[in-house]
Amino acid sequence: MTALTTASAPSPTAPPERGPVASFLRESFIVFRRQLRMNLRNPAWVIIGALQPVLYLLLFGPLLEPLVAEFGFANAYTFFVPGMLVQLGLFGAFFAGFGLIAEWREGVVEAERVTPANRTALLVGRLMRDELQLLVQAMILVALGYALGMRAPAHGVVLGVALTMLIGGACAAASNALALTTKSEDVMAPMINMIMMPVLLLSGILLPMTLGAKWLQTVADVMPTKHVVDAVRTSFAGEFVGSMMFWGVGWTVLLFVLAVWWGTATFRRENS
Amino acid sequence: MTAMIRARGLVQTFTTRHGRTTKEVRAVDGVDLDVAEGEVVGFLGPNGAGKTTTLRMLTTLLRPTAGEATVAGYDVVREARDVRRSIGYVSQAGGAFSAARAGDEVVDHGMLYGMSRREATERGQRLFEQLDLPGLWTRMPRTMSGGQKRRLDIAMGLIHEPRLVFLDEPTTGLDPQARANLWEHITDLRARRGATVFLTTHYLDEADALSDRIVIIDAGRIVAADTAANLKAQVAGDLVDLEIADPERVPQAAERLEALLATNGTGPSAVEVDGRHVRGRVPRAGGKVPGLLRDLDRLGIDLASIEVHRPTLDDVFLALTGRSLRDAEAAAEAGPDEDAPDNPGSAPAAPSPTPPTNSATTSAGADR
Repeated sequence: MTALTTASAPSPTAPPERGPVASFLRESFIVFRRQLRMNLRNPAWVIIGALQPVLYLLLFGPLLEPLVAEFGFANAYTFFVPGMLVQLGLFGAFFAGFGLIAEWREGVVEAERVTPANRTALLVGRLMRDELQLLVQAMILVALGYALGMRAPAHGVVLGVALTMLIGGACAAASNALALTTKSEDVMAPMINMIMMPVLLLSGILLPMTLGAKWLQTVADVMPTKHVVDAVRTSFAGEFVGSMMFWGVGWTVLLFVLAVWWGTATFRRENS
Repeated sequence: MTAMIRARGLVQTFTTRHGRTTKEVRAVDGVDLDVAEGEVVGFLGPNGAGKTTTLRMLTTLLRPTAGEATVAGYDVVREARDVRRSIGYVSQAGGAFSAARAGDEVVDHGMLYGMSRREATERGQRLFEQLDLPGLWTRMPRTMSGGQKRRLDIAMGLIHEPRLVFLDEPTTGLDPQARANLWEHITDLRARRGATVFLTTHYLDEADALSDRIVIIDAGRIVAADTAANLKAQVAGDLVDLEIADPERVPQAAERLEALLATNGTGPSAVEVDGRHVRGRVPRAGGKVPGLLRDLDRLGIDLASIEVHRPTLDDVFLALTGRSLRDAEAAAEAGPDEDAPDNPGSAPAAPSPTPPTNSATTSAGADR
């Protein structure tokens, strides 16, 4: 019996056969772990990324305190933390692609693509890192919000953070796709700035759009991220039904699906 | 012997845009290749000839526009994953991230080939020993010398013990000592592992020193494929270079060399006079030069020096394409780089692979 098992054992050079799903998860995890290790070795960007919303919360939040009553909100931080969450999801993740350009230039992407690893796993592993980073930053933000006096039900926070993760994942996927398409920081940075300015101004992240004139509100209604901010905000307020939630969740899921599809297509494309 | 690489009619066209007009460029234009198991083949050509593009098609990074290829017995399009499992590829750009730890990069790379962490670590550390990288396991590639970095890239390419290894411009940008050292390691690939090696280079001496057989590509087409010795034999003989002591005797010396060439049926026009130098190509010069020297001595023509050059691959390239490799290189550098628009090595921010002066000295310095 023992002899039989030794004989049938695979030779050490032949990799053990795994199912397609198992290999996909394994390969994604290898890529994820590698990315995470590099982030932890050089955490400056993670810290700067997390510090930014914290500073907003500490320095801009107090300015809102006397004003929130006018927006129809009782608590400045219940209003403000969701906006900061979405901002974190959008901005932090959109810079993920810059790291990929650096890797591409050093031949890392090509070296990975010449292995039998699934090419979608190469993207998914990177997205997992971006999502983990976002989750940690979101937790810091929420904890700090509670410390400053935010009032929000736990399940509302969970849903809000989940929406943030989805929109962040969408941005990270789009950023990676953009990085592999442009392959140049000099092209990518202005493009991101061009997208980010109107997103920041028209999504009601800092102040609610309802303060603005009718035309401004109409313009903001076209902005998908405005609906995402609204949804996270209502979720933090403890409301889970209504048209705000419907549009917000709808847009978030749609953007996520589109961006991941784009990212996957870019990573699978033969010549990139 | 079984075929490791078999390509028929490989074509790759790129569309380049200059302003509003789009132009179709055939970077690789009908390439046929045969490489047997255990062979070391040098793929030689000037920059922009289509070397890297061909390599990227053979390594499944680029889908051929037309034609077909089997690599390690698998079709590059239909069985791409099997091809990837069987080959190692060391690109010009390398593959280890400069700010990661060398050992981590090698282990992760091995794991993407399906190896366990332990297995990849063991093999990686063995490769580090074999490739003279002791103590560099936890170092960042950023802090390594050019030669160490290249050997690390090769270690990554060998982690899964491939039967076939592709090396793209392995010694470009290295100093002469590091080149010589890397050559030994490349020779070892076959000697120690029995691997088939397919390497691209635009250094003639490199192709000459490393490969059993040389395939020359120019403007996307294969212009020759043979052993270095056979290719050189195609060039009409060795170059005899006489330096005459007395400038006034130069025409007379030229006459003698012409006479020698005439007995071989080579026209007198083959003799070139350049200042005090008289040059001509003499087949099997070793047996004829003594007679020529006696002849000149009898006439009282003193020589300042005599040199006999074996033909170089540069001569072969010239004979095959009508231009020297260096000219072809200069033309490619002047024009847009059409070799590999999407190749990391050609990224605008990346340093230029070789200064032209460097390649000129090395190609001239070989063999002489």
